[in-house]
Amino acid sequence: MTMTDTDTVPAATATDVRRVKKGQFRAARGLLAPAVLFLVLLTQIPFLVTIGFSLVKWNLLYPQDRGFTGLDNYATALTSGALGPSILATVLITALSVILSVLFGLLFALLLDRPFRGRALARTLMITPFLVMPAAAALIWKYSMFDTNIGILNWVSRSLHLPVLAWSTDHPLLTVVTVLTWQFTPFMMLILLAGLQGQDKGILEAAQVDGAGTWRTFTWITLPHLRMYVEIGVLLGAVIILQVFDPIAILTKGTGGTKTLAYLLYERAFIGLDVGEAAAYGVVTVILTIIVATVALRTLFKVFMAGGSR
Amino acid sequence: MTTRTKNTLATTATWILVLIFFFPVFWMFLNGFKPESIASSAHPRLIFTPTLDGFRAAFDRGMQGYLINSLNASLWATLIAIVLAIPAAYALSIRRVKNVEGALTFFISTRFMPLAAVVLPLFMILKTLGLLDNIYVLAIIYAGVNLPVAVWMMRSFFLEVPFEIIEAARVDGAGLTREIFRIALPLVLPGVASAALITFIFSWNEYFLASLLTSSAARTTPPFLGSFVDGRGQFLAVLSAASTIAALPVIIAGWIAQKQLVRGLSMGAIK
Repeated sequence: MTMTDTDTVPAATATDVRRVKKGQFRAARGLLAPAVLFLVLLTQIPFLVTIGFSLVKWNLLYPQDRGFTGLDNYATALTSGALGPSILATVLITALSVILSVLFGLLFALLLDRPFRGRALARTLMITPFLVMPAAAALIWKYSMFDTNIGILNWVSRSLHLPVLAWSTDHPLLTVVTVLTWQFTPFMMLILLAGLQGQDKGILEAAQVDGAGTWRTFTWITLPHLRMYVEIGVLLGAVIILQVFDPIAILTKGTGGTKTLAYLLYERAFIGLDVGEAAAYGVVTVILTIIVATVALRTLFKVFMAGGSR
Repeated sequence: MTTRTKNTLATTATWILVLIFFFPVFWMFLNGFKPESIASSAHPRLIFTPTLDGFRAAFDRGMQGYLINSLNASLWATLIAIVLAIPAAYALSIRRVKNVEGALTFFISTRFMPLAAVVLPLFMILKTLGLLDNIYVLAIIYAGVNLPVAVWMMRSFFLEVPFEIIEAARVDGAGLTREIFRIALPLVLPGVASAALITFIFSWNEYFLASLLTSSAARTTPPFLGSFVDGRGQFLAVLSAASTIAALPVIIAGWIAQKQLVRGLSMGAIK
């Protein structure tokens, strides 16, 4: 998003700077440069081009009719009625999936933090949904879980004499959120489990000795300790789910309030062939992501700088 | 209730919940070995005569070609990302540039940049240059997508190298190359494994760019699976078999490297 000048603010202390010779900084810059250049070429420059596209009238169906239009594409995006629902869909899907997977992740982390027979196996099975290729996960859920005829969920409903649901058409949003929650619960669980296992056992024992019950120990000691881990999980999860595409393309094709910004852009660009308008959606996606990512960055830096500065 | 009954109850509840959660994966695996008529039946069956027909059908659809493409894209992406990440991370941890925080912010902001924001220009440029449907181009793009995470992770590992070791090497007159590759790198091999694992997983599983930037020669496995969406007739067994094969490499890698996985997913923040 922004390219920061690497020479303006010295990160090291003043004494450090004096001690280290100029040539060493040059050598360090040489080490860093290839990676930075690579990313500038692959992401920074294309993003600038996207901004450029978004200011141009350009539909591949009418290649002759092309020219600068200022903010017309944004106006079209706003007035066509597609943008509002799309932002809502993106925010809803992201928020619901993240919240649910944190809650389930916390539950599983607490259950797997106790010693019991076969704990390693249980943990291994639990992380698997996150490892399954997302396209495969969406397809398996669509056909073997949600399907009205052969899906397990409806087999369960029928066995219990409950109404049969056409999940992906009757409840598209819930369908997408279910699959995402299933995939991201292990992600949250792993992060929270690491948090639980990083707890100071001495403090927990002291609390027990002082007569604090399990619940009070949990709310007064464990939860505050987990806060940082919850933050990391929420922010990393949110940034990934914000741009999620596979489950939507496979489960609902953007119908029924699931047309996220990523899917809308895909539809406008690669089906509608409207480069200008699609680019405008791309820019809006970035703005939305920046809002989330700014918060994410601040937290990550706090965690990192507390942990490992030299 | 005694502590013991409580414990038994909690353990039982844990197992029930874990098995419910794992069930879709188990069902995918099982369906892959069923004859099509049983897999696509309204009455789920646990007992059946296993067959490899589903797997044969998947390979009849040309799956090996897509798998080879996926492997190519993922391995090259991993290699490129690691080769670029090692020196960059070194310059952010041991032999430091002036503005470490600025550079870290730059890397991570590119990771957070939605692919949607860059896919149009990439598509247009590649189309103009005739580089669409090229597996190595896809690998380069995947390397770029994963490079920031690799840099952050490698940095967190380099920070743990005792500075005395580096200083001793410098006193002995080791050059920069020797300092990085002979002294520091062997100490952070778990970090290399972590970064490589995460890059491989994300590249292997990637669907959005693969479906837009490849069409036939360089088509990878995820969009191949995606093509089942428009399938007609009964196809749950072949779909399950294909999904099992597609998911297996990452599942096994993740199972083996659970520790690296946690650290990789949190970009090195959680040890």
